[in-house]
Amino acid sequence: MGDKQEKKEKKKDKLPRQVMPEQKADVRRHNFDEVPLGFTEQLAMQEASRCLQCKKPACVDGCPVEIDIPGFIKYIQEGDFTRAIRHIWQKNSLPAICGRVCPQEDQCEGLCILGKKGEPVAIGHLERFAADHERHYGTGQLPPQAKATGKRVAVVGSGPSGLTVAGDLIQKGHEVTVFEVFHKGGGVLVYGIPEFRLPKEIVAQELNFLERLGVKIQCNEVIGKTTSLDELFEEGYDAIYLGVGAGLPRFLNIPGENLVGIYSANEYLTRANLMKAYRFPEYDTPLVKGRDVAVFGAGNVAMDSARTAMRMGADNVRIIYRRSRDEMPARQAEIHHAEEEGIQFYLLTAPTKFIGNEQGRVTGMECLQMELGEPDDSGRRRPVPVKGSEFELDCDLAVIAVGAGANPLLTQSTPELQLNKWGYVIADEKSGKTTKKRVWAGGDIVTGAATVILAAGAGRIASNSIHDYLSVGW
Amino acid sequence: MFEIVKRKEMAQGTVVLNEIKAPKIAAKAKPGQFVILKATETGERIPLTMAYTNPETGIIATIYQVVGKSTALFSTLKEGEGYQDVIGPLGKAMDIEKLGTVVCVGGGTGVAVMHPITKAMKEAGNHVIAIIGARNKDLLILEEEMKAASHDLRVCTDDGSYGHHGFVTDVLKQTLEAEDVKLVVGIGPVPMMKFVTKMTREYNVKTLVSLNSIMVDGTGMCGCCRVSVGGETRFACVDGPEFDGHLVDFDELSKRLQAYTDMEQESYEKFKCET
Ligand SMILES: Cc1cc2nc3c(=O)[nH]c(=O)nc-3n(C[C@H](O)[C@H](O)[C@H](O)COP(=O)(O)OP(=O)(O)OC[C@H]3O[C@@H](n4cnc5c(N)ncnc54)[C@H](O)[C@@H]3O)c2cc1C
Ligand SMILES: Cc1cc2nc3c(=O)[nH]c(=O)nc-3n(C[C@H](O)[C@H](O)[C@H](O)COP(=O)(O)OP(=O)(O)OC[C@H]3O[C@@H](n4cnc5c(N)ncnc54)[C@H](O)[C@@H]3O)c2cc1C
Ligand code: SF4
Ligand code: FES
Repeated sequence: MGDKQEKKEKKKDKLPRQVMPEQKADVRRHNFDEVPLGFTEQLAMQEASRCLQCKKPACVDGCPVEIDIPGFIKYIQEGDFTRAIRHIWQKNSLPAICGRVCPQEDQCEGLCILGKKGEPVAIGHLERFAADHERHYGTGQLPPQAKATGKRVAVVGSGPSGLTVAGDLIQKGHEVTVFEVFHKGGGVLVYGIPEFRLPKEIVAQELNFLERLGVKIQCNEVIGKTTSLDELFEEGYDAIYLGVGAGLPRFLNIPGENLVGIYSANEYLTRANLMKAYRFPEYDTPLVKGRDVAVFGAGNVAMDSARTAMRMGADNVRIIYRRSRDEMPARQAEIHHAEEEGIQFYLLTAPTKFIGNEQGRVTGMECLQMELGEPDDSGRRRPVPVKGSEFELDCDLAVIAVGAGANPLLTQSTPELQLNKWGYVIADEKSGKTTKKRVWAGGDIVTGAATVILAAGAGRIASNSIHDYLSVGW
Repeated sequence: MFEIVKRKEMAQGTVVLNEIKAPKIAAKAKPGQFVILKATETGERIPLTMAYTNPETGIIATIYQVVGKSTALFSTLKEGEGYQDVIGPLGKAMDIEKLGTVVCVGGGTGVAVMHPITKAMKEAGNHVIAIIGARNKDLLILEEEMKAASHDLRVCTDDGSYGHHGFVTDVLKQTLEAEDVKLVVGIGPVPMMKFVTKMTREYNVKTLVSLNSIMVDGTGMCGCCRVSVGGETRFACVDGPEFDGHLVDFDELSKRLQAYTDMEQESYEKFKCET
């Protein structure tokens, strides 16, 4: 088989990986429109034709929700886009989103056999294509729904994890209400990830789809304050899923951090995305516009913040990261996009303090140069300061994107929920069950800040377990 | 939509009262807690304290001063109209205990925030002295209500047009001299709270203040509302809004409250032109 596959590989690999058209860097750095423009049908079919249809597809092993990748790609090859999307839906209910934001290079595409010698199949682009095609040209027909069971499920949090649970269980005939503290559903997909990477219209469409299936989305409700978990049970809910995310900002804890113009990434992005501060004064929420912007951290959140600041009209945007390029956790594509847009990378650099003026606004900061020392607990080489390497940088807007923690608002009000030492909810990996009866949890509130697909995957596992409970028992 | 069932103007129209239908919030709210309101799709999220609530009728009341675009927009909403979004109850409820003599000092619209606390302090069995102030007689709010909520109401105006001529801190000083005060609660503009705490520190009387830092989500998710208390950063929306006034860095708070002055003015001017 190995031989045959090798031959097949040679023959097909002649066609290069198809490139998705995108907005030019010097244009897009001034607007909030989506950067990659999507495949045409022709590009998609060409790209799909590169897939070898492996008998033992490595790509699937890399997919946290085990989408039958060669399966859906084959339908695209054949031009049957409707079947392609239906095939994906069996495993993933948010393909338009995942196709755009998943770290494919570490997942499916990272393992694709073609990647060994050349470029892997553009699986993410194809997933996105199938979903977009359905959104634009699909019939909008709803999937079949099981007969009503009369059971009621409360989903807390409307991020990818909660939405997955809601979609699964409504189709199985249960009544589902999603409770969301913000005035709009979608979780990080609406308040965190910017428009230019994930158009909000797509998230709205997913929410609309769930509503058409009968899911109720109840915004402006703080579970743990407006209503407690026990009160939800008293109201007649049979099961509760917690998908409340990791909504606690982390700061640097260095002097001057409360100066005006210094934001957590959560605040900066929420103002920009959810509140649409980039359209001030048409929208009422203001946002500091920086000339010299510093963004701390090098994950997706940092890239999103930096690219947002650039679009808000900054002169200089600097990513400040204390480790080296190899350790940057952001998706490759986003680092690449950020560089193209003129964002500068100050690697092996750590801030020591912020400097402000009389009005209490940030004007600059002091940094230290770092070098890599011995490996630390995470196996990454620990950055250590270089003596006497202090230097100053101008900075009138700083965004701190060095990770998130567990928000205690809900968990504090529910003592029966056992937490780990970082405050995340303990849930069984195979079922999502927590230590409180009839309560499941998944996504960032269990794993800590992770990815959309892992949150959705955890939702899928829990929805199966919830369905079992509602049909059989705990 | 969250319907406004009653609207009333106070202090010559500079202050507005809204009774809003929000039964779930009314059922839970405790003195000192607040809500976040957003009037329209393009609106801002604005925190306002609940001046009173009625669990039976499902009503919460806000009393707000018109200071900028969002509060001006709120003030255009008529009875029968409403807010697109109201979320709450947010923040910690104030600890209400029987302590002895308690002084409640309210300035400006801080009086509205103070009212439910004063009432609860009295109901808990404290001897409650309330001191309220405004720039002049016409701007004074809730005098009758505060009279009913306390044992002893002392009123001051900056210009002497009514009650004691001077600041609330003058009357507070006299009170601290004359009585064995166990707790002072001070709520109002930042400079007022700063002076109240400065004075009570001299008398070594525990003082609680309610901090009105700028907020976005109100659930501890963004850190916008951070304040320095005893050298530590705390989030006013979840750790407060009440804090030990002797530990608060008021100068930092004042500066943070001015983060958007220029943009706020631009927004307000635009709104005035449009209406
Ligand atoms: C800026 C940014 C960029 C990112 N980029 C990527 C990327 O490119 N690729 C990727 O895979 N991942 C990315 N991530 C991570 C990914 O978005 C998260 O891992 C994922 O959204 C987690 O999903 P969730 O459903 O667990 O929680 P969330 O999406 O956080 O949703 C939780 C929801 O619960 C609500 N909630 C919280 N508490 C309560 C309560 N008490 N009552 C009611 N509702 C409550 C919250 O308001 C929120 O809407 C990014 C994250 C951020 C912040
Ligand atoms: C917990 C809390 C409770 C409050 N309770 C009351 C109340 O009961 N009655 C009352 O009159 N006011 C109250 N305030 C203050 C009220 O929120 C502001 O006056 C209001 O936001 C002003 O908005 P604006 O657009 O009309 O004015 P703007 O012109 O935008 O602002 C005027 C000033 O208000 C402050 N402010 C602006 N935006 C916000 C925001 N999003 N959050 C908080 N402050 C902001 C700023 O310091 C600004 O300089 C409270 C504030 C907090 C934090
Ligand atoms: S995407 Fe790559 S690994 Fe997956 S089936 Fe196609 S060629 Fe094989
Ligand atoms: S308002 Fe966002 S943390 Fe307090």
